[in-house]
Amino acid sequence: MSVSVRVPTILRTYTKSEAEVAADGGTLKEVLADLEANFPGIRARILDDNGRIRRFVNVYVGDEDVRFADGLDTETPENSQVSIIPAVAGGC
Amino acid sequence: MSLPPLVEPAAELTVDEVRRYSRHLIIPDVGMDGQKRLKNAKVLVVGAGGLGSPALLYLAAAGVGTLGIIDFDVVDESNLQRQVIHGQSDLGKPKAESARESVEEINPYVKVILHKERLESDNALEIFAGYDLILDGTDNFATRYLVNDAAVLLNKPYVWGSIYRFDGQVSVFWNEYGPNYRDLYPEPPPPGMVPSCAEGGVLGVLCAAVGSVMVNEAIKLITGIGETLVGRLMIYDALEMTWRTVKVRKDPEGEPITELIDYESFCGTVSEEAQEAASGSTITARELKEKMDNGEDFHLVDVREKNEYEIVSIPGSVLIPKGEFLSGEAFAKLPQDKQVILHCKSGGRSAEALAALKSAGFSDAVHVGGGVLAWVANIDPSLPTY
Repeated sequence: MSVSVRVPTILRTYTKSEAEVAADGGTLKEVLADLEANFPGIRARILDDNGRIRRFVNVYVGDEDVRFADGLDTETPENSQVSIIPAVAGGC
Repeated sequence: MSLPPLVEPAAELTVDEVRRYSRHLIIPDVGMDGQKRLKNAKVLVVGAGGLGSPALLYLAAAGVGTLGIIDFDVVDESNLQRQVIHGQSDLGKPKAESARESVEEINPYVKVILHKERLESDNALEIFAGYDLILDGTDNFATRYLVNDAAVLLNKPYVWGSIYRFDGQVSVFWNEYGPNYRDLYPEPPPPGMVPSCAEGGVLGVLCAAVGSVMVNEAIKLITGIGETLVGRLMIYDALEMTWRTVKVRKDPEGEPITELIDYESFCGTVSEEAQEAASGSTITARELKEKMDNGEDFHLVDVREKNEYEIVSIPGSVLIPKGEFLSGEAFAKLPQDKQVILHCKSGGRSAEALAALKSAGFSDAVHVGGGVLAWVANIDPSLPTY
């Protein structure tokens, strides 16, 4: 399955400034593995050392937070959009 | 989510007020009833900075009867690129006072209450208690969690926005009707992982895009019209010019909020590793200058980003951004036979890089406390700061 992944500004250092990249995988876990293969280091910014999604990062498939679906096992249908949305505090 | 009006209507509008707000009054959804609710509303704006500037200006113009402004900072030249409530003649003035003057100029019918103190765990509940709604445009995670928790404890709606470079996020948290900020982000990122606007920059006009949405939501909450952002997060990309919406839900594993905590220690400012590395391995800008004047042989590395290096740098420094220290790439570029001295803008990032460097075996490495800002302040005030 080919999906598009929205990359937030603070992770674009890994994707050569690309805001949206393609990745393959039928589940979120597979999509992140494919992402890591192409952009080494990016997965560790999303997952912690135990392989869980970091508590200050939200990952959406479509407009659904995967924490409320099946987490890393959430299915990523063909052409779906995966969004990575980290906490940002700036306001000043 | 459609919600009942937050505020009861004021008894009446004066003739002057009817003239002033006529473009609101002829909108059927607002009308006299909505404008009277705005008149009776008390809104607290936390931070008169990037988001607070447009928010205060539009809340005032819209006729919100009481505006609280909490800010302990003074107006600096680097604020004026985006903080449009302040002007050239306000430089050095407390932001709260400067903001009040602008608000009174826009709308003399607004009552302004100033809180010229830092929002803390021991004053937040007392301050918030006097308001119907809290609008937050501050710049750090500790304050974000403090504002959220205090709003939850007092059951007040929390209009939240945040900005970075070209990206904005905005939502409304209201525990009674939907998720709160901790449901969206249960924990803050570790210190150093997410850059602030002061480190990464922000497009000035982004403040207006996000700040105006925040005011839009505040007006809807006060008057009870439309669909609020409770349970939704809006994400703005100013380069692609897209607004996207995702759902926010209550976290079933979320701990109930029962009291205010120590938010500085909850969020940290510098990681424990960095504190440990910097302890006993921090030199001052003056000590760095002495080393230079004594002709000592060392390797000075600036760990900021390229754009920052181009604005101002310490003579003789080479640029290797902090990320290369964390990934390990930097180590091959460093000499083994002389001392490595790191610096950044103000000492936080160089401490993080120093921790990585020391664990890679560069045991005599040090960093410059206060960074390039301390260099400019103490050694060469002719250089620019940012």
